[in-house]
Amino acid sequence: MNSESNPIAALLWTFGLMSLFAVGGANSAIPEMHRAAVDVHHWLTDKQFADVFAISQLSPGPNVLIVTLIGYSVAGVAGALAATVAMCGPTALLAYYVSRFLDRSRDARWPAIIQAALVPLSIGLMAASGLIVAQTSDQSWIAVLITIVAAALAFATRINPLWMLLAGGLLGFAGVV
Amino acid sequence: MPPESPPVAAPAPDASAPSPPLQPGLLELFLAFAKMSLAGFGGVLVWARRGIVEQHRWMTAEEFNETFALCHFLPGPNIVNLSVVFGSRFRGIAGGLAAFAGLVGPPMVIATILAALYARYGDIDVLRRTLAGVACAAVGLLFAVVLKMMLPLLKRRDVTGLVILAAVFVAIGLIRWPLQIVLLVAIPLSLAITILTRRMVKA
Repeated sequence: MNSESNPIAALLWTFGLMSLFAVGGANSAIPEMHRAAVDVHHWLTDKQFADVFAISQLSPGPNVLIVTLIGYSVAGVAGALAATVAMCGPTALLAYYVSRFLDRSRDARWPAIIQAALVPLSIGLMAASGLIVAQTSDQSWIAVLITIVAAALAFATRINPLWMLLAGGLLGFAGVV
Repeated sequence: MPPESPPVAAPAPDASAPSPPLQPGLLELFLAFAKMSLAGFGGVLVWARRGIVEQHRWMTAEEFNETFALCHFLPGPNIVNLSVVFGSRFRGIAGGLAAFAGLVGPPMVIATILAALYARYGDIDVLRRTLAGVACAAVGLLFAVVLKMMLPLLKRRDVTGLVILAAVFVAIGLIRWPLQIVLLVAIPLSLAITILTRRMVKA
């Protein structure tokens, strides 16, 4: 595969394939994005990946847009577009056909079984996502503390998560982290 | 298990919904999804539910849950799948595209601008520190979602589910095996276990 010479093709291939394996959504695919972008293709450093994750959580829209940021850092605007379309397109097509098929067959048993089987997988993947970003971002005790407090608040209260992101940013800005 | 639907009058598709409350047009679909998407910091689902069910009344809460369940078991970004399935239900492929473009287009422009700013100013120390702080909090939010999703498994004492969860976590998070390989083993295994346990419960 001649992927390094044509970054757009590499983006399309990497994220198009990943799209079909992203069980449980974009946040479950973060370990694989990290593996592809940092370890395999060397598009980003560890620190840049954590930054890109932070930006994607800060900006509005679906979490999948982290691939837009990765794509941009590889090949500018064209890369951003290619990565986004590749990550969303194949699975959107699949969703379209499956939903039409299910509308016709009306067998409601299989989706429930498949979903029950996939839920533990996607939780495990999301936990792995957290671990992988935490290994880069949580380098000090205070950083770990911020993560724990944010997790506890988001778990136990209904505070808008945006406030926690902003608070984390302010603490970082102040040089505490 | 109830038997299949009665043999008389095989139900025509959507025969039960003779007068859907409102039929959104293409522009309406685009704008509605753009609005939900731009309002959705850290997840669009809450806003999608609010917009589709409460504000526009394009679906009942049950229809929304069913559609979302379908999109959740399919791979890929759930909310993106939802936009396509939802849009195409009303206006065919064009509707799916309109909803998809509304959901992904405007925030993608914002993300691209942010990416350009980051490429240019990402090395400035203050920005690096600030982003590091945001990342710490963002990881915390992710762990909170994991905990919330684990609660039902813990309540049900679903040991097999928890074992599968832990195995995937170790394989992907600690050993860093490629996703495809792990899933090609884990999905059939988890499916088989789920089907077997359901049979055992029934028997």
